[in-house]
Amino acid sequence: MPLPYYVSPEQMMKDKAEYARKGISRGKAIVAIEYRDGILLVAENPSTLLHKISEIYDRIAFAGVGKYNEFENLRVAGVRHADVKGYSYSRGDVSAKALANAYSQGLGNIFTQDIKPFEVEVLVCEVGDSNGSKNEIYHILYDGTIEDEKNYAAMGGQSDEIRRYLKDNFKDALDLAAALQLGVRALMVTQNKTLTERDLEVAVLDRNKERRKFRRIPAEVLNQLLASGTT
Amino acid sequence: MTPDAWQGAFESRSSASFVDHLRQTAPHLLPGAELEAGGGEGGKPSVPHGTTVLALRYRDGVVIAGDRQASEGYQVAHRRIEKIFKSDDLSAVGIAGAAGPAMEMARLFQTELEHYEKVEGENLSLDGKANRLGQMIRANLPMAMQGLVVVPIFAGFDDRSGVGRLFKYDVTGGRYEETDYFAQGSGGKDARDSLKKRFRRDMPKDDAVRAALEALLDAADEDLGTGGPDFQRGIYPTVKTISRSGITDLADDDVRRHLEAILSERGRN
Repeated sequence: MPLPYYVSPEQMMKDKAEYARKGISRGKAIVAIEYRDGILLVAENPSTLLHKISEIYDRIAFAGVGKYNEFENLRVAGVRHADVKGYSYSRGDVSAKALANAYSQGLGNIFTQDIKPFEVEVLVCEVGDSNGSKNEIYHILYDGTIEDEKNYAAMGGQSDEIRRYLKDNFKDALDLAAALQLGVRALMVTQNKTLTERDLEVAVLDRNKERRKFRRIPAEVLNQLLASGTT
Repeated sequence: MTPDAWQGAFESRSSASFVDHLRQTAPHLLPGAELEAGGGEGGKPSVPHGTTVLALRYRDGVVIAGDRQASEGYQVAHRRIEKIFKSDDLSAVGIAGAAGPAMEMARLFQTELEHYEKVEGENLSLDGKANRLGQMIRANLPMAMQGLVVVPIFAGFDDRSGVGRLFKYDVTGGRYEETDYFAQGSGGKDARDSLKKRFRRDMPKDDAVRAALEALLDAADEDLGTGGPDFQRGIYPTVKTISRSGITDLADDDVRRHLEAILSERGRN
């Protein structure tokens, strides 16, 4: 039996990370922006059926970039985690932090143990109550690295440039239309075509809603929001 | 990878059921798990029972209502119990039978529907919901044999056919659709008799609400277990209407107004 080739652990990790990063950078970007009534998520996604942004629980949303089947698996695992927790304790005990930790553990394990790492990044967002608890945005990378972000977050292809744009242009307490326009402009930084409502998937966690805060914004409404105030 | 490993994706991914997920990963959380594990010896446990719930169709959908009393033998166990649970935006469950397991089942059913909606990205059909509830009642059969019978009624608006529909169940999970009205629980027969006289096809909402409240009054009149309205403590029956635009709770004040009108009319005759 021939001996397997020796590959140093550093080299192996480097190769895996490069492989995952390459896969992710090919995909289109997603931004999350805190606005007056909660958290806005904007994805460039021409499909109206295959979602990149979705609801996990009452106050928690999920967004994924990269390989669809991989982040879809993570999404369903997240829904299960949240529903089991909410059913066995109470709805108020389901938190984004625990979920983000679970994603971090899961992705970390896959990265170190499997031959092929997941080519995904995910955002887990939780909207705060109206009585002053803070919004939370967690950004989890392909190797399990987890960061909590404030005000805005970006991931996917060329997200560094998008993040730089958001850093320079973000303002507190934007209304929905302004936040959406900021998000769309940020997504357009890296390309020279104009994004219309047909290229976008948009959802919000709106703290003024009853119980389930997640709401998708349909194309007609997007159209109006994008047009408002731009005279 | 074994030759069949890829098929696993179809089996696990095709399950948008929260109950199936619990059964695989946390069976101790399912109602009745202790009984199946061989516990529950001895006589019938004495537990609170929910009494009368009813549903009837009206022009825009369906009305579902219930009294507020839970009884334990000849005693009042609880005066303000809620028996009508919103299961999602277009349906509700009215529970009758052993109150504890019934409320647990209602909560599990709510989670089941929401779980399906989130995983699949669309709502179950009303038939799908009704069948699912039937399966959950059937799973409760071991507990029913020990005396903890749960027989809910299920009512909802079917957005595919555009009408309100209602279903009754038996202990084995048998599902029967009713075309007009139904009432379940210890005062169920009295409420049904009452509804039989007052029900008309395509009633406007106010008339349907009134028929529901009259039926609950009649049930409370004839049946020991069913609680009547309690004006002193401010306890009134729960009434919800389900139509295309969703579920609406009838405010206590409106219920009181209806009840006062009915009672003053009855007092005159």
